[in-house]
Amino acid sequence: MKRMKPETEGELAEVVAGLSGPVRIVGGGTRDVTGSEPILNTAGLSGITLYEPGALTLVAQAGTPVAEIEAALEAEGQQLAFEPMDHRGLMGTSGEPTIGGVVAANISGPRRIQAGACRDFLLGVRYVDGCGQIVKNGGRVMKNVTGYDLVKLMAGSWGTLGVLSQVSLKVLPKPEATLTLAVHVQNAKTAIQALSVALSSPFEVSAAAYDPQYSSALLRLEGFADSVTYRETRLRSELANFGEFTEVQDPVSQWRSIRDVSAFQGSDGDVWRISVKPSDASEIATRAEAEKTIFDWGGGLVWALVPKGTDLRKRLRAFQGHATLVRADTDTVRTLGRFQPESVGVAALTRGLRQKFDPRGIFNPDLMG
Amino acid sequence: MDMPRPNPDVLARKQTVLSRLLQVLPEDAVIHDPMETRAYECDALTAYRCPPMLVVLPSTTQEVSDILRICHAEGVPVVPRGSGTSLAGGALPTADCVILGVARMNEVLETDYDNRFIRVQTGRTNLSVTGAVEEEDFFYAPDPSSQLACAIAGNIAMNSGGAHCLKYGVTTNNLMGVTMVMMDGSAVEIGGAHLDAGGLDLLGVICGSEGQLGVVTEATLRILRKPEGARPVLMGFDDNEVAGHCVSDIIKSGILPVAIEFMDTLCIRACENFAHAGYPDCAALLIVEVEGSDAEIDYQLSKIIEIAKRHNPVELRESQSAEESAKIWLGRKSAFGAMGQMNDYMCLDGTIPVSSLPEVLRRIGEMSQEYGLPVGNVFHAGDGNMHPLILFDANKPGDLEKCEAFGAEILKLCVDVGGCLTGEHGVGIEKRDLMSHQYAPQDLEAQMAVKDVFDPCWLLNPAKVFPLDVSAARRTAAA
Repeated sequence: MKRMKPETEGELAEVVAGLSGPVRIVGGGTRDVTGSEPILNTAGLSGITLYEPGALTLVAQAGTPVAEIEAALEAEGQQLAFEPMDHRGLMGTSGEPTIGGVVAANISGPRRIQAGACRDFLLGVRYVDGCGQIVKNGGRVMKNVTGYDLVKLMAGSWGTLGVLSQVSLKVLPKPEATLTLAVHVQNAKTAIQALSVALSSPFEVSAAAYDPQYSSALLRLEGFADSVTYRETRLRSELANFGEFTEVQDPVSQWRSIRDVSAFQGSDGDVWRISVKPSDASEIATRAEAEKTIFDWGGGLVWALVPKGTDLRKRLRAFQGHATLVRADTDTVRTLGRFQPESVGVAALTRGLRQKFDPRGIFNPDLMG
Repeated sequence: MDMPRPNPDVLARKQTVLSRLLQVLPEDAVIHDPMETRAYECDALTAYRCPPMLVVLPSTTQEVSDILRICHAEGVPVVPRGSGTSLAGGALPTADCVILGVARMNEVLETDYDNRFIRVQTGRTNLSVTGAVEEEDFFYAPDPSSQLACAIAGNIAMNSGGAHCLKYGVTTNNLMGVTMVMMDGSAVEIGGAHLDAGGLDLLGVICGSEGQLGVVTEATLRILRKPEGARPVLMGFDDNEVAGHCVSDIIKSGILPVAIEFMDTLCIRACENFAHAGYPDCAALLIVEVEGSDAEIDYQLSKIIEIAKRHNPVELRESQSAEESAKIWLGRKSAFGAMGQMNDYMCLDGTIPVSSLPEVLRRIGEMSQEYGLPVGNVFHAGDGNMHPLILFDANKPGDLEKCEAFGAEILKLCVDVGGCLTGEHGVGIEKRDLMSHQYAPQDLEAQMAVKDVFDPCWLLNPAKVFPLDVSAARRTAAA
């Protein structure tokens, strides 16, 4: 068999065409994709191929380290606005996160509620399908409705439809100023009400979270310095009922900690990620009976730490949304499934798509659907 | 424009299909008289017309499901239709098809300000979605110029954009969930009031699939609180390319306006005659709009004006009142109508990297000379979404063909500089045969594989999106 760490798209296509059985697709290996199959590593496909700050676009090979991309953007005062999470602390992994991994898992951080998810910033992809064919979709322009949007389909498909070889992304200017306000609240319900009032205001809150460990509701404002100050004043008065807001001294590490779920790092137990209608979040958290929780996205994203092997979906019962098992041992993942079971109709579509894109069933089998 | 020959077997069974449809629909929801079906013979791409076999106007998801189940069983093609405002022929019928119009499905099903979404039936018009939440100072962001008439169903099918997408994104970035009826009549729920799909992003591929994967009957849409205020500034330049450079510089500066719109002389004059917005008479006009409180707007506009001044504008004027801003936007949003008063026109929609604007504008000007057809340019410059309007005379033999050849050349140019054929109007029939210029055979194969999964018999919105020769084998096998 050929070396399983291709360095060009052509090599990747050859490797895939030559596969005789299932593989696990790994970029930096920072997000667990549990399995015993041989590993197909994409980290060799590395490098930024095009960066036009004036057009807000960046194209990179899938194995390019996220850190390399962020450094290039930083030099031009730009950023990945979807604020991708770094899983290493939470997962106890040590690799180098790659942009392909971020895209394949559609990883977005706190700014997702305002700016959009990773998939919303993904302008184009190139990938190798299960037959070893190189396919492209989308491109590098901001608006593109030419044919079906396989770009979105590939984002968050966890490698099950193809191995990404190149991604193009929309990037945004870094804000001139950032300010974070915190208020002490009694419980999750009150916190989410406060976040909801803020998010329903015209003051462009760019992140809204609740950390029960400190009973602290957090709001972030970004933009030009004077504008941030103005909106801070207005927000404080609109949210006066909820108590006195204080300014968080180190907003960067505060939001990094929310983004990376630092509160769960080093603790034993399984980690679940629950996407939910924000006003349902406190009820969902109650049902979860979790040891620890973190609420991001104005309550729309609930992180839960529960004892090993807990069937959280059973505790949550039926609800609008989905629960993903992010960290657990192999047996638990095998028993409970990484992703929320789908309705009969949706499951049939998922199966059909996987069958078409990867007819031999060789990409990350059993990971999704 | 080639369309597949109607299936004589289907045409012969018109009465059977009609009587089955009448069993599940009220009489006034089925149109079968050829005089009346003629009203559905085209959409806003009026150069191509074909009356459908039948038209149905369901009121509920259940009725849509019954219609599709029957058409599936009878092997009848179905062309879904929102308000028929497609500029790409997305709702062009075939002679053997049933037009499924969703216009009667226009209810608001749920409004939730705490969670910031609205759920509507998809026949509802774009502007009336905002209308439903305006009292609470909320709005639905995507704003295609046809927003007064166009339906959410069509917006989802084409992944419609609009002038303010630079800041708020297009339909796909504001769509949270759908109820979709599959061609076999079964309904699926995808997404909802929560963010991001649990499994594959099916919502992402449904949006923009031009009604070929299913009929979306209900949609959950993100709504946003209105900004405190917004104000446009008009900038006139005596050269297209200079205006293009100014756009690039604004974007590079770190300010992200909510819209940057571009018009050239031909469009400026047509729109000014129509809206009396006080547009300066010059080679190129930019409308740049920013949002926020008065002080925030002042600050952003002062930075933008500073950049513009470096490009020697012939005019720089901030709007002084809400009325003036409304007029400025009325002029821009009426551009297609205003150009239509001058002559027949073909509207293109190619998108290019912003950095290529000056070069592409120059090439279009040269081609206009070569073809002897005037071109007006009006477009969303901030995201590189061009709208060249080629004027021609439909009554002059050969003019339409010349115009189409010219249009195809412009679109190929867009692709060649790193852009695409269509930024927000969709492929429809209009750009179908150019798809092979942008995509290699295996790229189209991957897209058609998606269609195979959702609509194995290839009955939904036939002969659109994919070049006929490319999809021929599949269509024949399915029939």
